[in-house]
Amino acid sequence: MDNIISAQNLMFYYSELSEDENGEANESGKVLVFDDLSLDIKKGSFTVILGHNGCGKSTFAKHTNAILLPCGGKMTAAGFDTADESRLFDIRKHIGMVFQNPDNQIVASVVEEDVAFALENMGVSPDEMRVRVDEALKAVGMYEYREHAPSQLSGGQKQRVAIAGIIAMQPDCIVLDEPTAMLDPAGRREVMKTIKRLNRENGVTIVLITHYMDEAAQADRVVVMDGGKIILDDTPSEVFSHVERLREVGLDVPQSTQLMYLLRENGRADADTHIISEEECADYLERLLRG
Amino acid sequence: MAIIKTEKLTYTYSQGTPFEKTAVNNVDLEIEEGELVGIIGHTGSGKSTLIQHLNGLIKPTSGRVIIDGTDIWGKDVKLRDIRFKVGLVFQYPEYQIFEETVYKDIAFGPKNMGLDEKEIDKRVRETAELVGISPELLNKSPFELSGGQKRRVAIAGVMAMRPKVLILDEPTAGLDPKGRETILGQIKRYHEETQSTVMLVSHSMEDVARFASRILVMNKGEVLCYDTPPAVFARADEISAVGLSVPQITKIFAILRSRGIDIRGDVYTVEFALKTISEYLESHGRGGIANA
Repeated sequence: MDNIISAQNLMFYYSELSEDENGEANESGKVLVFDDLSLDIKKGSFTVILGHNGCGKSTFAKHTNAILLPCGGKMTAAGFDTADESRLFDIRKHIGMVFQNPDNQIVASVVEEDVAFALENMGVSPDEMRVRVDEALKAVGMYEYREHAPSQLSGGQKQRVAIAGIIAMQPDCIVLDEPTAMLDPAGRREVMKTIKRLNRENGVTIVLITHYMDEAAQADRVVVMDGGKIILDDTPSEVFSHVERLREVGLDVPQSTQLMYLLRENGRADADTHIISEEECADYLERLLRG
Repeated sequence: MAIIKTEKLTYTYSQGTPFEKTAVNNVDLEIEEGELVGIIGHTGSGKSTLIQHLNGLIKPTSGRVIIDGTDIWGKDVKLRDIRFKVGLVFQYPEYQIFEETVYKDIAFGPKNMGLDEKEIDKRVRETAELVGISPELLNKSPFELSGGQKRRVAIAGVMAMRPKVLILDEPTAGLDPKGRETILGQIKRYHEETQSTVMLVSHSMEDVARFASRILVMNKGEVLCYDTPPAVFARADEISAVGLSVPQITKIFAILRSRGIDIRGDVYTVEFALKTISEYLESHGRGGIANA
């Protein structure tokens, strides 16, 4: 099994409800999010999904572990059809999800108890639980805080505790829906470092939804969505080279790419818009300036 | 005359307990009327504590806050008047919306100021237009709007009071690039049209670099610098050293300088970078770049 997640021709709409004169809720309309979305995620990969609000990326994320079920098409996660209700537990064990607001994801009043929460539900033995909780907290660099109250942690630390709670379940894949949107730059760096390490060292498949281009630049693959469709799907440097296309859908590119684009527009045909890193950009500029 | 002035402003949380922490330490600051100030600093740098002093939400442990020439904790000063003068928009202001309609929510502040119906109506409509809320939305419930719209309604509610100073704590937090651009553009337009002083807290150096006329960098409760964007980014090393990120473009120029190229280090926008490269090439007799 190469693909941990496989979406085939997914169709999904939200129902609009309105009240009739008796106060009963009726379906009065449909808001289509996507009507034919196909996307495979390879095992062990690090994929970023970009797109502005309302493009369907979060709706897709919620399909990956059966929070939402497709209205049409087929969603396979960790080898199970998400529509098969008897597999719900298995699916959620394999595909973990982290959301935007850390405060909405923490349930216990002590860090290590929060991390153990899912394990208790899974019926993991106390000895095994101790080992897994410690390992998970070490993996996100929060082991020293295991006896702290989550309320005393910073946003970045809380988000890492939320990630530890997922890691403890030993999932094959973690889907993160804008995990850094509410964090400050230091918190963002902490979370990104953790995600990258899990991917590289533990082979966990990562699907990261973000608005930050610098985060996207660190992935193996960037998928850009607009209006429920995939409009670009390639390596970060290839995706960001489509400066105009990205602008059309309301997205930015890294400043290095933007500068290359402007140089190119202004007669420097050798300026390569595949450049996304600072070093590469400086290399080009050094050659240009030294002549 | 400075519209905002602080003199040796100090604030200590939980004084006299083991949790005692000085959040703002001996800050002297003078902000001239009409500036668009970007405030940058880590979580815990004291920026939120500082702005909460500016309309009297917290009282300094020591030092003074002078708004428009008045010591706000002086005798006979009504804090109510100060709060009409200095409007504060908190983080995630959309959670503070409570009225039945968008119109009423925007009108709430002006009504409290005791303005007449006609003036209130004028302000509600003008401000809604400014933040891109169309007239047909005014009679809707704010809870029917999208997240971005709700936030703009909440901001409009403070703008409609036409404060001399408008302070926004991370107005773009959690928005996508398009939403960020829209709100920043509207704040800039508000600043230009009202000629008032605007201060906004942001985590994005890139955004602040493009929009602000002055940048205030806070670190460990103190002012690291308060200056124009080029002057602030010329000190990129210092800013990076305290763990704040400078724009990617500023970093690129720092790399070039470290490789021995004699080029200016205060570059902070892509357009400025292009111009700088063009000037460098021209001054070295190799022809500049068209349109730069």
